Amino acid sequence: MMQFMLLFSRQGKLRLQKWYVPLSDKEKKKITRELVQTVLARKPKMCSFLEWRDLKIVYKRYASLYFCCAIEDQDNELITLEIIHRYVELLDKYFGSVCELDIIFNFEKAYFILDEFLLGGEAQETSKKNVLKAIEQADLLQEVRPAPLKP
Amino acid sequence: MPAVSKGDGMRGLAVFISDIRNCKSKEAEIKRINKELANIRSKFKGDKALDGYSKKKYVCKLLFIFLLGHDIDFGHMEAVNLLSSNKYTEKQIGYLFISVLVNSNSELIRLINNAIKNDLSSRNPTFMCLALHCIANVGSREMAEAFASEIPRILVAGDTMDSVKQSAALCLLRLYKTSPDLVLMGEWTSRVVHLLNDQHMGVVTAAISLITCLSQKNPDEFKTCVSLAVSRLSRIVSSASTDLQDYTYYFVPAPWLSCKLLRLLQCYPPPEDGAVKGRLVECLETILNKAQEPPKSKKVQHSNAKNAILFEAISLIIHYDSEPNLLVRACNQLGQFLQHRETNLRYLALESMCTLASSEFSHEAVKTHIETVINALKTERDVSVRQRAADLLYAMCDRSNAKQIVAEMLSYLETADYSIREEMVLKVAILAEKYAVDYSWYVDTILNLIRIAGDYVSEEVWYRVIQIVINRDDVQGYAAKTVFEALQAPACHENMVKVGGYILGEFGNLIAGDPRSSPLVQFNLLHSKFHLCSVPTRALLLSAYIKFINLFPETKATIQEVLRCDSQIRNSDVELQQRAVEYLKLSSIASTDVLATVLEEMPPFPERESSILAKLKKKKGPGAVSVTELEDGKRESGELNGSGERGQDAAAMAASNASTPSPSADLLGIRSAAPVNAAPASAGSLLVDVFSEVGPAAPSGAVNDDGFLRFVCKNNGVLFENQLLQIGIKSEYRQNLGRMYLFYGNKTSVQFASFSTTVSCPGELQNQLNVQSKPVEPLVEGGAQIQQVLNIECLTDFSDAPLLNIKFRYGGALQNLTLKLPVTINKFFQPTEMASQDFFQRWKQLSQPQQEAQKIFKANHSMDTEVIKAKLLGLGMALLDNVDPNPENYVCAGVVQTKSQQVGCLLRLEPNAQAQVPVPAAGLPSL
Repeated sequence: MMQFMLLFSRQGKLRLQKWYVPLSDKEKKKITRELVQTVLARKPKMCSFLEWRDLKIVYKRYASLYFCCAIEDQDNELITLEIIHRYVELLDKYFGSVCELDIIFNFEKAYFILDEFLLGGEAQETSKKNVLKAIEQADLLQEVRPAPLKP
Repeated sequence: MPAVSKGDGMRGLAVFISDIRNCKSKEAEIKRINKELANIRSKFKGDKALDGYSKKKYVCKLLFIFLLGHDIDFGHMEAVNLLSSNKYTEKQIGYLFISVLVNSNSELIRLINNAIKNDLSSRNPTFMCLALHCIANVGSREMAEAFASEIPRILVAGDTMDSVKQSAALCLLRLYKTSPDLVLMGEWTSRVVHLLNDQHMGVVTAAISLITCLSQKNPDEFKTCVSLAVSRLSRIVSSASTDLQDYTYYFVPAPWLSCKLLRLLQCYPPPEDGAVKGRLVECLETILNKAQEPPKSKKVQHSNAKNAILFEAISLIIHYDSEPNLLVRACNQLGQFLQHRETNLRYLALESMCTLASSEFSHEAVKTHIETVINALKTERDVSVRQRAADLLYAMCDRSNAKQIVAEMLSYLETADYSIREEMVLKVAILAEKYAVDYSWYVDTILNLIRIAGDYVSEEVWYRVIQIVINRDDVQGYAAKTVFEALQAPACHENMVKVGGYILGEFGNLIAGDPRSSPLVQFNLLHSKFHLCSVPTRALLLSAYIKFINLFPETKATIQEVLRCDSQIRNSDVELQQRAVEYLKLSSIASTDVLATVLEEMPPFPERESSILAKLKKKKGPGAVSVTELEDGKRESGELNGSGERGQDAAAMAASNASTPSPSADLLGIRSAAPVNAAPASAGSLLVDVFSEVGPAAPSGAVNDDGFLRFVCKNNGVLFENQLLQIGIKSEYRQNLGRMYLFYGNKTSVQFASFSTTVSCPGELQNQLNVQSKPVEPLVEGGAQIQQVLNIECLTDFSDAPLLNIKFRYGGALQNLTLKLPVTINKFFQPTEMASQDFFQRWKQLSQPQQEAQKIFKANHSMDTEVIKAKLLGLGMALLDNVDPNPENYVCAGVVQTKSQQVGCLLRLEPNAQAQVPVPAAGLPSL
């Protein structure tokens, strides 16, 4: 199970944090600081996985943003890399060629999309179409009095 | 479809975010945030009711501020209000806020749960999903209590929408992980298993995570999932790359689901049903075959997804460990990856091969890749990959290739990254011992280790080489010769001096025939290192010297001269001084026969499992401390006092190691694994242990006062111990002065950085007690111990205790610890002898209320005379016999020595054995 996902910039600014295990704010800040530092210090050609405490870190850089996930020992590193990629695709499709600014200014949307895709640290829906459909439906509901959805 | 174009963009929020981004400094950002917080607070507090949109906007701003890393202490109520809004986006923001900023405020939790309950029963799938996401994100116990029975119903109900089922499954998983006791198995469980057959791939994908977790805990109940998973997997594996439409990812059909299915199967042994098993083996073969096919796309996503399934399949094959054919195929496949241009694949292949190496079926196949792996160790640019290569070499090592692998690892050590050196050293030491055919090779290897990476050679390693040399007489002469040669180097590591001192002290005679290594040459060589060594090593060398006197009588005069010089018998270190004095005395008064008996060669150590292995295991998981280790730690505290017996028997050398307090100092095997409780039985250690019955020395997380109280009647022992740190105390008091030695032992294998300690005297105490300490070294290596001396002066009487604050970084995490230092007024007692008449005369004089105190208390333990006496003596007063007419009573007298005055003090303890209640009348004459 994924323990948490962090998005941060090359400058080390945290853009999104999703925790799937209960941790205190202090602990979260500590982990974030430590990991941002570790990952930013790594060179481009290095492998995308590293051991950290008793977890495995899987990270990948997209333009100015690092996507960094912590998974458990028995979890699959490569499929986690593709979780990251699928999430990037979802953001890209939703925002239309996503950039860091989109995630800064519409951070709440980034969280909503993530919740549709991953829940409780596990993949909930891997179909790009289905995830986007759910988000779209939600967007259509905005400011409209809710009525039961037609199937 | 950018969200902003949809008209729900909150302009105020966007402006605020821009402002923050434009801030030039952290200070400006904080200023802007404080301004915004004040604004929001006033809006929330204002008389005018806010409309939903504004509420949403402000809550969203608060959320943004929180996510920037600032604390938010209000707005929760407004967010909860949003939950019951009938506008979707408002509700959504409310839920997001709650998910991110959970508050255990019970009042709020009730309101939140209420809102969730409403949404769950709304039958609106979008709302239901929002509520389920919130439960899954928060996952608190309160939520589990409220919804753990409701969610399974939603999950298996026939009319639940697919998207809701998906959320419900993972929501339940989260609740099961946090509060398994609240999620009860029931009728729904069998229906959950059948979700594996669901039409909707998304439902299967979500449900299988839940099923996997439940299967791990209740394998029997979920057994049927195996055949369902196999048939599902088989359908996916055999489908064409386009069959699964949107669940195909870069030409790979349902990679996530495939991985999860393979993972689920790893919870069970191979299927018993032949047909199911056949089908599964077929799937695994297909997956292995596909790896050989040319890629359908050049994109890395394609190969990652495909290989993710492949690695998961290999994990399953390794888990079954019963199909030689598949194991060997897996190994060959991984062998190809070892030379792949993708670093990620090389890394994973090395990692996966490590487990293959331990299977009897594939061990040989793994070994064929030795050259590639050695090459990886030498040439990989990424340290984490090199680490994997070293792990694999260790895993594939056996008698046939041990020499090659050990040699390669040794040569790699010379340039290895500091971060992995210690582990490498342990591994080399283990392999050298495990596969040693001739022990001279073993000795060479370990000495090489010390030469190349002496700093990383832990005690366990050099203890072990000594154990082995002592136990095997065929290697003793060689070992003596080799250490002698190694010590010739102008700069040699202190660990080498330790090993050299020990081995020459035991077996120097075996090479003494050669004039180039005559006794005196050996001694001079050792002594030339003496002054550069730390105290424990010097102590060990002193023991070696006394052994020399026994081995070579011709060195006696020279060595006695060395022992006699001021730097030895007046050494400021008590340990060294005591040894010098005792050894000097021993060598001059004991007859040669006595000397020969006392300093006899060490007896062989009992054979036992290498403790280095244990250390390596511990290094791999810095988790709980083993019980034996705690026992050792406790026994250690006894040793601190028991130093009087040192040098009296053949264990002289061994004792020198024991008195180097280290949590793992039992490696020489001098201490049997006797239970801790055995200690109080010996009369000699009575004093130390009088308080140990109070309760076993608390292990981790000891209450600070707990350690404190145990020291009221004793001066030495372990003050504090947790999983990281052990603090031992040795203290001595004379008149109004005291000296306390604090020993900080790093119990982990990781360095403590920024280690600092401060002693403070809070409040009034600063005028009553003067405590001076020298700063300690900021780095404490793993397994090492550092010492700090405190000088204490009692100015006047006091009742508080000084505080010791310790800070250090362990693996990046700041540790902070405050302990009460066991400095109590009774430490400054000077015992006073007096006759019965004097005693009672003084007793009567002290009649004013402030001059006496009386307390009646129930004895916690049976009142054993010796124990009580020991405790009273430990208190520091003189125990007076024949003073009280009633021989059952105990009478003590002492004078508290402070700088400003001396205070006489008398005490009577009247035990009432019948009632098991002593009635002490303690006259505490005072000031």
